[in-house]
Amino acid sequence: MLLYATRRFGLALLILIVAVTVMFLMIRAVPGDPVQIMLGPRATPELQARLTAELALDQPIWKQLLIFYGNLMQGDLGIDVFSGRSVTAIVFEQLPHTLALIFASILWSALLGIGLGAYAAAHPNTLIDRIAAALSVSFVAAPAFVVALLSLLIFAVHLQWFPAIGAGEGFWGRFDHLVLPAFAIGLSWVGYIARLVRASMLEVMGESHIRTARAFGIHERRVVMVYALRIAILPVVTVIGVGMGFLLSSAVFAEIVFARPGLGKLVIDSITTRNYPIVMGSVLISTGLFVVSTAMADLINAWLDPRARTAA
Amino acid sequence: MAKSRSELGQIVTGVARDPLGLMGLIIVGTIVFCAIFAYWIVPFDPVSMNIKDRLQGPSWTHLLGTDQLGRDTFSRVIAGGQVALQVALPAVFGAMAIGLTLGMIAGYGPKWLDNLLMLLFDTIRSFPTVMFALAVVALVGPSLQTVVFVVMATSIPTYGRVARTQTLTLRNSEFILAERSMGASMKRILGVHMLPNIVGVLAVLAAMDIPTVIALEAGLSFLGLGVKPPTPSWGALLKDGYSLIRQTPWLVVGGGLPIILATLGFTFLGESLRDVVDPKLRKQR
Repeated sequence: MLLYATRRFGLALLILIVAVTVMFLMIRAVPGDPVQIMLGPRATPELQARLTAELALDQPIWKQLLIFYGNLMQGDLGIDVFSGRSVTAIVFEQLPHTLALIFASILWSALLGIGLGAYAAAHPNTLIDRIAAALSVSFVAAPAFVVALLSLLIFAVHLQWFPAIGAGEGFWGRFDHLVLPAFAIGLSWVGYIARLVRASMLEVMGESHIRTARAFGIHERRVVMVYALRIAILPVVTVIGVGMGFLLSSAVFAEIVFARPGLGKLVIDSITTRNYPIVMGSVLISTGLFVVSTAMADLINAWLDPRARTAA
Repeated sequence: MAKSRSELGQIVTGVARDPLGLMGLIIVGTIVFCAIFAYWIVPFDPVSMNIKDRLQGPSWTHLLGTDQLGRDTFSRVIAGGQVALQVALPAVFGAMAIGLTLGMIAGYGPKWLDNLLMLLFDTIRSFPTVMFALAVVALVGPSLQTVVFVVMATSIPTYGRVARTQTLTLRNSEFILAERSMGASMKRILGVHMLPNIVGVLAVLAAMDIPTVIALEAGLSFLGLGVKPPTPSWGALLKDGYSLIRQTPWLVVGGGLPIILATLGFTFLGESLRDVVDPKLRKQR
């Protein structure tokens, strides 16, 4: 297990290094002088020269990369062009809003999806199973930002059940503001998780330890809920870990639609104001988040299912 | 591609026999038809403005009403389908072709090349798609080509990985060993014997990928970072609809429903296609 964990995190680190390097080269490959873009056309030559030296842009590219990595190690992602504050601080200020949204979305959709999937698997080929199957395919198909817009239209503008914009104050205020965005992001996951749990549940139900449990006369509900479900939800862990990227992407849209603070809103606002350090910092941090969560999902999977350790 | 005509016919019949598949076929058929004949279908020019008739509700003249510039929403929806497919088809097929090539090289080539390509694939996959798209748009500016590039770059690894796995499995199969022992060239083995066995699986993947691409294009256009106005994209409709959501619901409905329909159609079609082409895949996913 330790060996596997070391190797898996080694791979994650390698991927991160390559990703950061690619990102760095991408920024440098773009035509145009970054200093000029940052300062605008009316900047004086002295100001341009000072910023060029400050950003080490007059050094050879490999040296720039080294400096970049050196700063990165110290958690320094650069300086916001406009306010002069550290990019790291700004990004980490917004991150909690996005994480709260992601966790709320995954929590409700996993609970409902697991319940729906387990029920469908325990009653295969009944009407409810069929309806659940059709619903899951339809839910999977709905892109989060379209759901977000339509739910904004129906529940916030038309019915006025929930607030349309912002993040809210206090616990209930926050909760109230979280409902619609979390609904929009989670909806497609309900169907996906339900299908996943149903399939793995049907497989588990055919195994011998379930037959044994039944033979011992354990109540059917207990067999399903305790013995089968515990194993059947394993794939969900991996899927959620790997799905962090999708969740993050959906969160970007949900934040825009509901005008919530968060990483997505930060990035979009920074793109419109051409604030590149913030854009790059946010992308790097979200990529890091994604890489770590994928590795964590693999580790949890390996811990729960020893067979996965040798497979990789 | 050595698929004979009768085989293709069998696949289509198989899909049409499955109720969901048939529904997918109808929806996708309608969208493709509308996109091809958009020019003849639209009752109004999708980009011509008519300020006098702005923000109208649905009527017999304007089936889905008009937007803030008096443009006919129904016409923009139909024309938007054309834009969606213009982005989705080249992006998906481009990604499939490149992924297929790289995947087969990784699966058949030397070990170090395989490792290198896999690391590259893993790295690209480690960027959250939308974040990556935003970074690229921020750097090179929004356009239709940017969207196509982003989609291709982010989905090549998926095709590449599947193609590699298939190649690895096929590599040790008896008929390939037989070919090799008879002295067949690498070109012949890869092109004539492996390719037809891999393309089917990738085609299914491509069909299921199209909705993701359509949603991404619409999403970027919604953020104002995709196609440029006044090009009628479903995402652009949603963008207009979002800022006018308190005045008229018809723009959001007109832009949102086609996206949901298109996703549904392609998903149904893809799933049904998968079951017909390769029932084994059903368990893997």
